[in-house]
Parts: sequence; C-alpha cells; structure tokens
Amino acid sequence: MSKNKEYLIKRGNSEYEVIIGLEVHAQVLSKSKLFSDSPTNFGAEPNTQVSLVDAAFPGMLPVINEFCIKQAVKTGIGLNAAINKKSIFDRKNYFYADLPQGYQISQYKDPIVGEGSILLDLPDGEKKVGIERLHLEQDAGKSIHDIDPLNTLVDLNRSGVALMEIVSKPDLRSPEEVNLYIKKLRSIMRYLGTCDGNMQEGSLRADVNVSIRKTGDKKLGTRCEIKNVNSIKFMQMAIEYEANRQADILEEGGSIDQETRLFDTKKNETRSMRSKEDAHDYRYFPDPDLLPLELTEDFISKIKKEIPELPDEKKKRFVDKFKLTPYEANILVSDIETSKYFENVIKDSDIKLATNWITGELFALLNDRNLEISESPISSKNLSTLINLIKDGTISGKIAKTVFEIMANESKDPKSIIDEKGLKQQSDPKEIEKIVDDVIKENPKNVELFKSGKDKLFGFFVGQVMKKTDGKANPKLVNDILKKKLN
Amino acid sequence: MSDIINLTLSSLINKIKKKELSSQEITNAYIARAEKSKDLNTYITTDFENAIEKAKKFDEKGNFDYKLPGVPLAVKDLFCTNNLKTTAGSKILSNFTPSYESTVTQHLWDEGAILLGKLNCDEFAMGSSNETSFFGNVESPVGKKVVPGGSSGGSASALAAKLTPATIGTDTGGSIRQPASFTGTVGLKPTYGSCSRYGIVAFASSLDQAGPMTQDVSDAALMLDVISKYDTKDSTSVNFKRGDYFKSLSSNIKGKKIGIPKEYRVDGMPKEIESLWQDGITLLKKLGAKIIDISLPHTKYALPAYYIVAPAEASSNLARYDGVKYGYRSGGDNLISMYENTRSEGFGDEVKRRIMIGTYVLSSGYYDAYYLKAQKIRRLIKNDFDEAYKSVDAILTPSTPSSAFKIGDKTNDPVSMYLNDIFTVPVNLSGLPAISIPAGKDKNNYPLGLQLIGKAFEEQNLLNISYSMEKELSFKNNLQDWWIK
Repeated sequence: MSKNKEYLIKRGNSEYEVIIGLEVHAQVLSKSKLFSDSPTNFGAEPNTQVSLVDAAFPGMLPVINEFCIKQAVKTGIGLNAAINKKSIFDRKNYFYADLPQGYQISQYKDPIVGEGSILLDLPDGEKKVGIERLHLEQDAGKSIHDIDPLNTLVDLNRSGVALMEIVSKPDLRSPEEVNLYIKKLRSIMRYLGTCDGNMQEGSLRADVNVSIRKTGDKKLGTRCEIKNVNSIKFMQMAIEYEANRQADILEEGGSIDQETRLFDTKKNETRSMRSKEDAHDYRYFPDPDLLPLELTEDFISKIKKEIPELPDEKKKRFVDKFKLTPYEANILVSDIETSKYFENVIKDSDIKLATNWITGELFALLNDRNLEISESPISSKNLSTLINLIKDGTISGKIAKTVFEIMANESKDPKSIIDEKGLKQQSDPKEIEKIVDDVIKENPKNVELFKSGKDKLFGFFVGQVMKKTDGKANPKLVNDILKKKLN
Repeated sequence: MSDIINLTLSSLINKIKKKELSSQEITNAYIARAEKSKDLNTYITTDFENAIEKAKKFDEKGNFDYKLPGVPLAVKDLFCTNNLKTTAGSKILSNFTPSYESTVTQHLWDEGAILLGKLNCDEFAMGSSNETSFFGNVESPVGKKVVPGGSSGGSASALAAKLTPATIGTDTGGSIRQPASFTGTVGLKPTYGSCSRYGIVAFASSLDQAGPMTQDVSDAALMLDVISKYDTKDSTSVNFKRGDYFKSLSSNIKGKKIGIPKEYRVDGMPKEIESLWQDGITLLKKLGAKIIDISLPHTKYALPAYYIVAPAEASSNLARYDGVKYGYRSGGDNLISMYENTRSEGFGDEVKRRIMIGTYVLSSGYYDAYYLKAQKIRRLIKNDFDEAYKSVDAILTPSTPSSAFKIGDKTNDPVSMYLNDIFTVPVNLSGLPAISIPAGKDKNNYPLGLQLIGKAFEEQNLLNISYSMEKELSFKNNLQDWWIK
C-alpha cells in the first residue's frame, strides 16, 4: 500500500497508525433458538417468543439446536477457518434483568471455529484480514426503560437466540477497511444463508477495539473497546473519534487506560463505561447441563458439500468467463441477490450491455427508491428482453431509457410497452430518406450554410429528422442518409 | 386400615390388581395417617382432595396393566409438579407453582400413580439433616427430635412413618442414601444419566440424580423400572439399554466379587459402624460372594472436591432466583438493591454459604486452584473406581460414618455436617449407581445402612446383591408410632 493512502492520525511531528479489531455479533439465521424450540421472528409482540427454557424456569434445561451448529460450521468454512471437532459451552455469569438464567451460555476456551481469514478488495489490491475465532452464544433479552416512567420492562423474545461472535485479529487499519470488512463478512454470510446481516434489526452488531501506535512501532498500544455499535457509519465515526482522543492523550504525555467505552450517536463521541478494574468477573466454567460438543468428520464434510460459490470465487469467474473488469465484478458479486439477477439477465443477452444497465440505470433506480434488488420492479427477464431489443436495433439506447422508465413504473414487459406506445425504431431506409428530403426542402438556408462549411449544422438536421419521427428513427441510418444527401 | 399402610409397594399393587383393595381405600388410608402425623412435618404441600378424586376415577375406569395402578405417592418438593406449588424447601420459591411437570414424576403418573403431595427437604437440597428447609425441621419416626437425614429428609421420614408406600428423592452427594440409612429404608441413586433431570430444581447439575426411596429392594427395582427412561429434554440423559429391573431380580449372587475399600475405614468411625460393615462382609461370604480388598486411593480428596464442584455449580444454578420473573421478590430502590434484598431474604444461611463458596472458587485468580483442581480430583476418583472394577463387580461400604443425630446437634458446625457425606460423595463425583439398605441398628436402636456401589448402568447387579442380603438381614424398624395424634 502506498504511503499517502494510509489512514494516519497526525499530531505535530508525530504520525499514529490506528489498529482496529472487531468482535462481530451475527444472529444465526434459524427458525428456533440456540437451546430451545421457541421461534425467532423479529418484531413479534413482546414476550410471545419465549419458552420456559428461555425464561429460565426452575428445572428447565438447554438442548442444543443442531441447525445452529450447522450454521456456525458453515460460516466457519466460509471464513476459510479451522473447524474444531470438540468445543465446549461455558456459562458466563452475571446478573441483569434481561438475562433470565443469571448466566449466558457461550463458548470461552474452546470455540467451535478457530483461525480463518477474509479477503478485502482495496482500491490498490487485496488485503487478508485474520479471523481469530468464531463461537456460538445466546443473546440476552431486552430491557426497555422508556415505556413505563417508574419501571423497566423486559422483553425476552430475543433471550436465547443464537449468535455467532466472530472475532477478527487486530489487522484493520482504517474506518474504510472496517467498512469493507463488515460488508465482506455480511456478504459471505448472506451467500451462505447463515445470517441475514440486517443491521437495522440488530442481526449484526459489533464491539470495536481501537488502539493507536506511532508509525513504525511494532508494539501494540493499549486498546479501548467500544461496545455494541450497530451500523457501519457509527463504527467509522466511533473509530475516528476514539483514535483522535487517544492521540490527544498521548501527545500530552498521557497514557491510555484500558477500558470499555460507549459510542454516543447523538454527540458523536465515545465515553467511558467501565475501566479494567471494574471489569466483570464472569466466572466462566463449562455448562454442566451440556456435554462437550463433538462433531464428526462426516458431519463437517456433509456441510462442506453444501457450501455455495462464495463472492471471491464468483468474482474470479465473472472476470475470467465474462471478461468483466475486477471493479465491475466486485460490484456484481458483493450481494448474492445482485449476482443472481445479473446471471439471470445474461442467460440470453449481451454481457457488456447487461453490466452497464444493471450497474447504471438499475442501481440508480433501486437507490432512488431505496429498494433491495429482490424488490426490483424490473424483473431480470424483462431487463434481458430490453437489452436484446437494443442489441437487435428494435429500439435505440435513448428510447430504451424511456422504455426502462415506463417498466420501472408499470412493471410491464418492454415489448408490449414499445407496441403500445409505438416506440419501435424506424429502420426503413426509404421512409427515412423521404423525411430527410422533407427536412432539406424545408431548410434551404441552413443547407447552404452547411455546404459553405458550417459543419456544426449537421446536428441540427439530425434533430429535425428525429423530431419528425418522435425520436424513433434509427440514428445510424439517419446519419448515413443525411451525409449522402448533404454532400 | 393399618394393614394397608404396612404393605410394601409391590404387595399393594398385587392387591389392587386382584381387586382386593381399591385405590380409594389405599389413598384414604395414607391420607388419614398423614393427617395424624403432622408433627413429623414431612409435607410442605398436600394435594389430598385431588388425590381422592383421582383415586375415585381410577377405581371407576383405571388401567390395571399400569405398573403403579392407582397407587398414591408423595414426592420430594424438588420435582416440579404441574399446578401444584413447588418450593425446593426455600422461601424464594415459596409461592411458585409450575405450569409443567418433571419428566420423572410424569413417568409416575403415566403408570397410574396418584400424587399425594410434596415432601419437605433441605433448601435446594443443600443439607444432610433437613434442618435447612424454610418450612422447618422434619422429625424422624425412628426417634423423638432425631433428624431424618437430608436432603431428602421429608421423603425418608414419610416413607419410614408409612405416610407413602414409596417415594422419590434426589441425590447430589448422598441425599437419597444418607436419609435412607438414617430411617431404615432403601435408597437408590441410579447412574448419572439414568433418570432425567428435566423439571427437577437444580442444585449441582453434574451430580444431581433422582432415584427411588422404598421399603425394600423389590420396590426400588419396581420404581426404577418406571422412572429410568431416556429423555431428549435432558442433554445429559444417556440412551443405554435399561433392564427389566423388577422382573430380573435374583438372589443368586454366587461368585460375585465384592470389593472392600480400605480407605473407607476412617478415623473415629464408631465401633458399631465398623461391626456393621464386618457383618455385611460375613453375610456376603455366606451368600457365596467373593470378598476382595481393594484400594480407592483418592477417597480422602472426594469431600473437599465435592464441596468445591457442588457449590460452584449451585452458585450459577441459583442465579436465576433473582425476583425478576417468578418466586419471592423483595423491594428496592433499583435493580441491584432489589436483587440484594430478594436474595438476602429469600435464601437461608446454608444456601448463601454455598453460593459464596461457589462464587469464590470460580472467580478469576482462584479458578485454577480450586475449581479446576477439584475437576482433576474428580477424574482421579473416577479412575480409582474404574481400576477397582477391573477386579470386582461391586463395592461394599457403610452408608454413613454415624447413625442419625439429634436436631440441632450439628447446625453450628457445617464441616461436621458435611462429613456425613464422606462415603456417599465419591459415588456422585464418579456418576456411579449406589444403594443404601438397612442392615442393623446402633445402641439407641437407630437404623444403620450399608452401601453397595456398582458399575455404571449396572443397577441390576446392585439390586440383586442387595436383594439377596436383604432376605438374610430381615431388618425391621419396629416403630412405635409415638408421633401419631
């Protein structure tokens, strides 16, 4: 990476490098919870997705949901990570009103997934970011402080929902890399169907570890952990603030206290939540209600067979087979739905045109209306038809844009729009010749001026022909015939 | 009436099947006796009206093929019972009524049994004398102001006093076998994983196991047939092939090899216990068994290891009793003070002591020295048994180092109270099955028990050996019904 592109914090003569590690909490896509059979629907009425196990009634026992284990293993494989054949569920003990058991079942020393990596596409090449581990744990419920003026209300719908905590190595160096990392991780999990990655609904949140060190230093600085940030934008803002705060302290000769901080999204600042001394003693120990989780080679290899083509492979295929630029391929593979849409469109239409129309007009439309590609008013089939109509000269590119707009509003197929509105291109040379003759006849002065050397007037004649044909004349024919007649 | 309550469970069942007795007659007999036995304080909650109603229904159109057809039973108040208060002997659950049934009790009702009520126990099963219950001490029918043992003290007392033909308890460190020994009854702790823990208020999850408490060995086999079943709702339940325990009972133990562990000959053990053990050995020889001296070298570490592991798990298991969701809740200005008040007022001293010990041994900086070391010891103790079982089929020891003591004698000395469990805890730490059978009496005429420890999942072997001994011992409690009013 070239020096000037690095994200550095400058203070006087000093330059600080920012070291970032993420602990991402990704909700496992699963119909039921990690240790109970209650449903996991988002947005349900409070306390309607709660079993006796989730509410920790006396004598209730956790039973592992095998599907969640599969999802974690799948994700591990997608992160090129080692799958641990033996892992252990531990209890993390602490008291809180929305933690019914008084402990969270998590994995501490022996996680289900070990070291792996994620590739980031930076403008000047790829960067490999290390994954430290992935472990499974239960989510807690939700304490609601703002409904009742005197009491805190508790909603246990989320209590016991399976989360994957994915811990990166401290390999990230800038807010932009964090952006790319989260997007790539989300993309991989969506490809795998293991997490929907929906940050608004809290399916993906992260604790952000930030430290800084002078450029060239080898030793890591003291880090601060910013808890539970739920959007990429806020993560970036929090890192920016935190790195600068730490730089200010070091410049003044101070030292960083290892602590847990909160990001205040309204004030755009981080503030101390608890210091290292106040850190909870979670008294982790293996959950005696659960036996160690042992996976067979057969179980893992069956899952391996279910792994679909992932973004990195797909990108390579798009570049090699479809001759896309890496940039174009990146855009098209980053979201699995987009890549599916693209591959559907090009089944029987021109790849180059399809790429341009999807990344251009279609993305603009979706962006404009704030829609996912799965909600696109223009189906892949209709877009493919439209592209073919351009390719075979039925309509011009310009008319195609008009047709596209109508398709966006009426979700009709382009052929019937063209028929209904009579937008078909005029490609009969005799008819065009007649119109060209008319235009020449009607504008003798301009013809004279053109012949005397005012070349620019050629556009005027094209415009006149188009006007008479409501823009439907085949532009190439118009050009050819005009040139012949005027010279 | 007095005939009915003097029948064993298996003879009661015979009489019901032959229609010599009705479920109502039996149920009424036990209820009548319970009404006159309130001074023993065995019941926390009675469900007599419903029991009579159910007995009536059974007599009208019951299934006589059931294993427990129309038999009334009272159970330890650690088993959650649908729609009937379940307290675990604690103030913190004194108002708690489950909307669900424990797997083990469900098995009883599925075989035709009828619930009489819930029996007193030490708070959260933490105790060896039933003196830690929020609902008061239980007296043993064997003597005035004598403890019935614990934690299944109410169960043992009710069984010995003939207030229930049989019962079930739970055993974490001896809570079935020690009270059985103190009251002259039979108590079986099955192999860990044999009976489901689902719906049993947890004390120490890796040690807790439900089991039968009965008048004789046949009844224990019969009860085990009913309650030992694989359960997918308990991840530690084991799917092994269970025997047909009652039908397969045999008193032929010729050639069985019985180990006598030298480490169980502890300092200061009363002579009467020593001679009880010796008599047991002589009897086994007479029955054709082969006696083999064995060594279980890590025995002396069992009690300390147990009093680390059990409190550690308990400290976490009991965290859910916080006043937020159910059970007793005290006031407070904020969440923390509500927690503190609720748990300070809701738990008794022994429970608090164990929560504090457990919290301490799991805390950072102490975990390795205590919890981890205790787990290593646990493995060594298990290895001792594995090694011994290469040369023997079962092991004979006394059930307890002393006979029953008076109420209040040990309440101010937790360590001497804990010593009661010295012969029983190694079994829980190893997950093995063990049975206590009445084998003699001390100078006060209080019962004394012998313990047989078996190989994992070989309950049948254990039952057969004790069955053959029981026949020869012909132990009788000869209670004087002094408590009846």
